[in-house]
Amino acid sequence: MTRYARDVAIIAFAQTDHQRRSDELSEVEMVMPVLHQVLRRTGLRTGDIGFTCSGSSDYLAGRAFSFTMALDGVGAWPPISESHVEMDGAWALYEAWVKILTGAADTALVYAYGKSSPGEVRDVLSRQLDPYYTAPLWPDSVALAALQAQALIDAGHTDERELAAIGARSRADAAANPYAQLAGAVPRGDMVVGPLHRGDCPPIGDGAAAVLLAAGDRARELCERPAWIRGMDHRIEAHGLGVRDLTDSPSTRLAAERAGAFERPVDTAELHAPFTSQEVVLRRSLDLDSRVRVNPSGGALSANPVMAAGLIRLGEAAALIHRGESDRALAHATSGPCLQQNLVAVLEGDSHG
Amino acid sequence: MPQPLRAPLVVEFPFTRSLGPVQSAFLTGLRERTVLGVRTADGRILVPPVEYDPVTADELRELAEVAATGTVTTWAWNPAPRRGQPLATPFAWVLVRLDGADTALLHALDAPGPGAVRTGLRVTVRWAAERTGSITDIACFEPYEGESDPYEGEPDPYERERVPYEHEHEPRPRTAGGHDGRFDDPVTGIVAPARLDYDYSPGRAQSRYLHALAERRTVGERCPSCRKVYVPPRGACPTCGVATAEQIEVGPRGTVTTYCVVNIKAKNLDIAVPYVYAHIALDGADLALHARIGGIPYDQVRMGLRVEPVWTASSRYPDHYRPSGEPDADYEVYKELL
Repeated sequence: MTRYARDVAIIAFAQTDHQRRSDELSEVEMVMPVLHQVLRRTGLRTGDIGFTCSGSSDYLAGRAFSFTMALDGVGAWPPISESHVEMDGAWALYEAWVKILTGAADTALVYAYGKSSPGEVRDVLSRQLDPYYTAPLWPDSVALAALQAQALIDAGHTDERELAAIGARSRADAAANPYAQLAGAVPRGDMVVGPLHRGDCPPIGDGAAAVLLAAGDRARELCERPAWIRGMDHRIEAHGLGVRDLTDSPSTRLAAERAGAFERPVDTAELHAPFTSQEVVLRRSLDLDSRVRVNPSGGALSANPVMAAGLIRLGEAAALIHRGESDRALAHATSGPCLQQNLVAVLEGDSHG
Repeated sequence: MPQPLRAPLVVEFPFTRSLGPVQSAFLTGLRERTVLGVRTADGRILVPPVEYDPVTADELRELAEVAATGTVTTWAWNPAPRRGQPLATPFAWVLVRLDGADTALLHALDAPGPGAVRTGLRVTVRWAAERTGSITDIACFEPYEGESDPYEGEPDPYERERVPYEHEHEPRPRTAGGHDGRFDDPVTGIVAPARLDYDYSPGRAQSRYLHALAERRTVGERCPSCRKVYVPPRGACPTCGVATAEQIEVGPRGTVTTYCVVNIKAKNLDIAVPYVYAHIALDGADLALHARIGGIPYDQVRMGLRVEPVWTASSRYPDHYRPSGEPDADYEVYKELL
């Protein structure tokens, strides 16, 4: 029983080894291998794909129209049905899912990439802020996250010790993730913008990810245990930081409600929390208790290719279901400062036997 | 293979933005050392003011003055200021709820160290010496030893508008000011400069191409599937979606497949107009590249014209292409490369 017109599943997921620099690779050279991997896993060819959608931002690497060049890696000529969002690839996945729900496609290829190494990602992200009152002050991404972290500490929702423990747990879990950039015992490091230390912040790096979606029987043909999208929704909050209660994420909660996340417990949650403090906000907003595995992949604290890290949360959650290691998982993606916009998806595998 | 190339790249835009009535009043107010908020239907005052209520989406137009003093609602210590930020020495980022306002404004707080900052700290605006109508007319905030928020702990803000002073029998003013947001000489726009610096690397295929060009050779790459040769190569065949790796030297001569006449001089470009910019299919290439055509009057350039590259002494790439003197190519030869 589904709330939507069609059953749609994530049937394949691939990601790059995320690295601090990738000077030897252009965007298309970075993306192409993961596109080929998801196609190979399902036996599909480019010509079989009904819709292609990507997420990226040219400001990261400073390369104008990099997303059109990345399309070369798909084999987009003669013209294919495709689209692009200047957002995290999780929103590209959302668009592709809607496209399939409308019946306009039965399969979709979704990919995302981020090459932060050529620029200063902390400054680049400040350019997405309100241009009248905020952007002229050049508040960087760590500064804004730190304001949220201090608000959480002041409200008694966390302390620096708990934040350090979230970082440590994430990097310890990432030791089992061969694609992670930062894994194992990582020192908390110096203060970057207080109260956040180096260890509370995501690594800066380059990477890409790809996902294949398919509907109904097509998904069952192509994947042994599809990760069915039982619900998905995304919501946004006011852009004014001083208007929001930074200790809460009502947009995440509403998206989760609309995605059906609270109807039955999930066993796993992949949360897109680039900063340790943001995991605290998300756990509270999603009512996740200690029975839920959070970010077994290590999360964005272990690899944060900007514009791909949210899509990777959906991919990691789906991969657990593909492997039979989860039956019902929540995947979350975020965009904007201090968890401004949030997407929540609920994925399920069919019962065994 | 040779080292991937790297080079500095600066992307810079001066965005010219117009202001609506609300933002115009707020930024003009800052120029005049007055802080204005906007009143919502339920009586809250939003600072900085927005044109639409973030909750109800109602259009907001009623401006109200608030104080230049306020209270820190959260903060973050910035030990290493970055380019463009309000202060060059370590400072605290703060969200400040100004006295009389119901929301907080982001800015910098000048403080000697993190030990001097806390949530709840009373602060006041330090105005910039020169003010133009910009958020940076507030140079920063600084700690303030004066009285606490006169509205602290009061009930619903809408109510307090209407509670008379017991001893004055007149509506209590929200703040000391009372400016209505109307100015004789309002600011109507801002120029917001944006600059980002990169250390750019073009990747494998384009590094190979650029290395060869530096040796005055034009090297394309062949698709292993459809066998087409792409110049310049970008690392993938857009038809087959596979990597190109086999390097093929093409040219140096080629054929003009199509062209345009440029009549408007580009900024910072030292080329006399009109001039011709053309698509050129180099011999052996399956994709046309583009370049300027020189050494021939602009109105004599034509499709099929045979051309060759002209290198200048210090350049890593051809300055332009000029006629090679060969007879024009037959249309049938290049029609697939238009």
